[in-house]
Amino acid sequence: MNDTAVMNAVADNPVIDSPGNDYKGQYNGPSNVSTTNACKLCTPLGATLAFKGVEGCVPFLHGSQGCATYMRRYIISHFREPMDIASSALGEKNAIYGGGPNLKKGLLNAMQKYGAGVIGVATTCLTETIGDDVPRLLTEFREEFKDLPLAHLMHVSTPSYSGTHMDGFHGAVKAMADQLCVEATPANSRVNLFSGMVSPADIRHLKEICRAFGVEPIILPDYSETLDAPALLEYENIPSGGTSVADIQSMSGARASIELGRAISAQETAGTSLAGRFGTPLFRLGLPMGIRETDSLFEALKKITGLETPRDLLLERGRYIDSLVDGHKYVSGLKAVIYGEEDLCIGLTSFLAEIGVRPVLVATGARNRNLAAHIKAACGSVLREMPIIREGADFFDIVEEAKTLAPDLLVGHSKGQGAAREWNIPLLRVGFPIHDRFGGQRLLHLGYRGAQNLFDRLVNLVLEKKQNDSDIGYGYL
Amino acid sequence: MTETAKAITPEIIACPEESAALPIEHAAIFEERKDQIHRIGEGAFSMACNRDSLAGAVSQRACVFCGSRVVLYPIADALHLVHGPIGCAAYTWDIRGSLSSGPELHRLSFSTDLQELDVVFGGEKKLAKALDELIPRYEPKAAFVYSTCIVGLIGDDLAAVCKAASQRHGIPVIPVQSEGFKGNKREGYLAACKAMRTLVGTGDISDISKLSVNIMGDFNLAGETWIIKDYLTRMGIQTVAGITGDGRVDDLRRAHGAGLNIVQCSGSTQDLAKMMRDDFGIPFLRVSWIGIEDVAESLYAIAEHFELTQPELATGPDGGIVERTAALVRDELAALMPQLKELRRDLEGKRAAVYVGGSFKAFSLVKAFRHLGMEVVIVGSQTGTEEDYRELAAICAPGTIVVDDANPLELSAFIKEKDVDIFVGGVKERPIAFKLGVGFCDHNHERKIALEGFVGMLNFAKEVHASVMSPIWQFVPRRELRNSPVNTGEEA
Repeated sequence: MNDTAVMNAVADNPVIDSPGNDYKGQYNGPSNVSTTNACKLCTPLGATLAFKGVEGCVPFLHGSQGCATYMRRYIISHFREPMDIASSALGEKNAIYGGGPNLKKGLLNAMQKYGAGVIGVATTCLTETIGDDVPRLLTEFREEFKDLPLAHLMHVSTPSYSGTHMDGFHGAVKAMADQLCVEATPANSRVNLFSGMVSPADIRHLKEICRAFGVEPIILPDYSETLDAPALLEYENIPSGGTSVADIQSMSGARASIELGRAISAQETAGTSLAGRFGTPLFRLGLPMGIRETDSLFEALKKITGLETPRDLLLERGRYIDSLVDGHKYVSGLKAVIYGEEDLCIGLTSFLAEIGVRPVLVATGARNRNLAAHIKAACGSVLREMPIIREGADFFDIVEEAKTLAPDLLVGHSKGQGAAREWNIPLLRVGFPIHDRFGGQRLLHLGYRGAQNLFDRLVNLVLEKKQNDSDIGYGYL
Repeated sequence: MTETAKAITPEIIACPEESAALPIEHAAIFEERKDQIHRIGEGAFSMACNRDSLAGAVSQRACVFCGSRVVLYPIADALHLVHGPIGCAAYTWDIRGSLSSGPELHRLSFSTDLQELDVVFGGEKKLAKALDELIPRYEPKAAFVYSTCIVGLIGDDLAAVCKAASQRHGIPVIPVQSEGFKGNKREGYLAACKAMRTLVGTGDISDISKLSVNIMGDFNLAGETWIIKDYLTRMGIQTVAGITGDGRVDDLRRAHGAGLNIVQCSGSTQDLAKMMRDDFGIPFLRVSWIGIEDVAESLYAIAEHFELTQPELATGPDGGIVERTAALVRDELAALMPQLKELRRDLEGKRAAVYVGGSFKAFSLVKAFRHLGMEVVIVGSQTGTEEDYRELAAICAPGTIVVDDANPLELSAFIKEKDVDIFVGGVKERPIAFKLGVGFCDHNHERKIALEGFVGMLNFAKEVHASVMSPIWQFVPRRELRNSPVNTGEEA
């Protein structure tokens, strides 16, 4: 592959300086064999979410019916939107003789009844173990039904016994770039944006930011509409919105790619694939959370467009900093435990360190993500003391470790609510899933505006607790 | 929204009587599934069911593992260890209310989180170690070890590992043969019943009254088992075990001491009731705790059973069990009916759709809706039998759609065709209804309000009323268009 394109962009970007090699305190995973209250989800779930961000696409799980149904339920409870995932619904005979016939029948049904223009096939532990060769089956399918108007078929290998939902997500994004963007297209004025597993509100905000810089981004995946749609007159079998196949095909001609997420900066991704095959310059950044990580995104956009940051966005930054001055004392020195997906953890730690909260424990269910080094790089000097970093952690580990740290607050998704309740400390709900509160799909985390939202919510959680715990309550902050 | 509105011709949102003729079959219904849908009054009744879900159809069903997990889940003092990759455990972590009056071990999620190497070399050692770790940590009364797809493929000897662990730790460690791909939810129910059967008959029953029952097929999602138990207590009947609502291992061990099994949700626990009938001679009664007449009839049937089989205990100088039951029903109805009448005033004439997991719920809901002056025009389930659907067809009005193992395409098409005001279902059905601007009542995982017993009927009516009567519906596109001058005729 063409390393130059990547390296140049990365070298130009001050925040990415070969992260990770100097940190010696790498945690090797907790010692338990069993997992209690997992802090991760299975690989195919991430892939279905990514496929949901493509226009006209039906996510398809090659496996038993239960996988699709469980993931649908889990995702629906967060987004409160239809989340149709087709399944090859394998039974016992298929497990013995192979799932090919069911896969093909399922693809045909998804095309003909759902009107799928695109189908993203993700495997499961079942089909990986019985050894179904999905790429070959798809080739056969295309041949057998070549007289039909065929959907674009994509596939990603997502055995649930390997990695987490984040691997499934990034794997699916890379698969889409690899399998749909196969030709060099004429140079265009757009920027590819691989935003990672962020909320629909985040995607909409990223779009707004790019447009303010005069750039129409190609965001992949873009489920800002498919998983956060308006009320409708007619039920859409496949919700409107999503990145179009034409846009994905034209990614090879974009001015640059921006990839968000430090934890994937050491692996092959959609961004490196485009850089390698088409020389599309790649900016690898952290999730733009808090001031400095957001500044990095703006620096990249300035570099790409040659424009200065628009005044409206600068004002958001200014107002955010002003609010930090107004509110810093409410949160200064509070000890926080942060958990969840690796990149969200990094972004949150950076955001919290900037506002004077002390991250004392950062935990993720993923393994081998070099989390400590990334946190160090993202936080730089604002982090006065490294928190304890745990990879491969479950909530048993997190709770046991947190007990000894007496945290003042938890920051992560809904699954920390039990611990927060037990310890009577606030939980700042972020990311996915938000199952016990309303509006998870509309939570904004990114950009100065996202930081503002997080900061306001956090301060109010702290104040609310103080007020509730007080004998008299306070009429003023 | 204006653009959408313009694009739609007024005919499409005409009143339901006319729209019933809309030919939706070709668009929404898979050829292979046509015999799983019946319209009452159109041809002789015939329905295929208990068939494997159609590939690519986005079935609302789950898998064998789901069936087992959902039945055993409420057993609160057992360790529930899922042997497999992380997803199966993660997606069932604290998934529903299933309230417990004591321990809450069932609310934690345990997994062996199988990794690639385990798949290659087998997961037996990991499973054994996981049990050795978890059993001393939580000191459960028993452990259920669930098999998943992958375990069925790599051939771990679950039974052997469990047996050895049981000997090491001195508690029952019970394998649940719930490999996901080996059928649908019903096979999972059976696997769960087989697992529970190994406990039944191992406890001391010397202090159990002959006037006693096991409450089967209720899962105490929002305290329903307690409502039923209260009724039974007032009738003078002892409850031995909730199977599995507010369930306990020791109660299951003693369950064979009960004089009668009362079985709701026949799909899930009837297999166990049959085993207990065959092995211990305990008769069972099918009951339903939803609605009004079903609840009353269930209570009377239980009372009459004991009056017949235990006359010396069931009758006494202060009146017998049947009299006590009649008094109970009278008191409950006296409290319920006036309140129901209030709610009914607003709901009269509205239409409902019901799509649930088990068909028993569908029967009772059809009847329950009548008390609200409402008609069920779409009714279906994930796992009903042909007999279930035949009975449903017998109690519903002509034109009602009866459906087995539906999917979003069909459900959305039916909702539009029948122009319903409320949909009763679970989490996966909710966004379909809401997206189309139809009210919703969660009758499954996410409900927090007891929907069984007489008080449950009131709660249900309140739920339906709260959703159907909300002013927000006037703003959703479907209603907005219907209420526009061009469609109300006011413009002319």
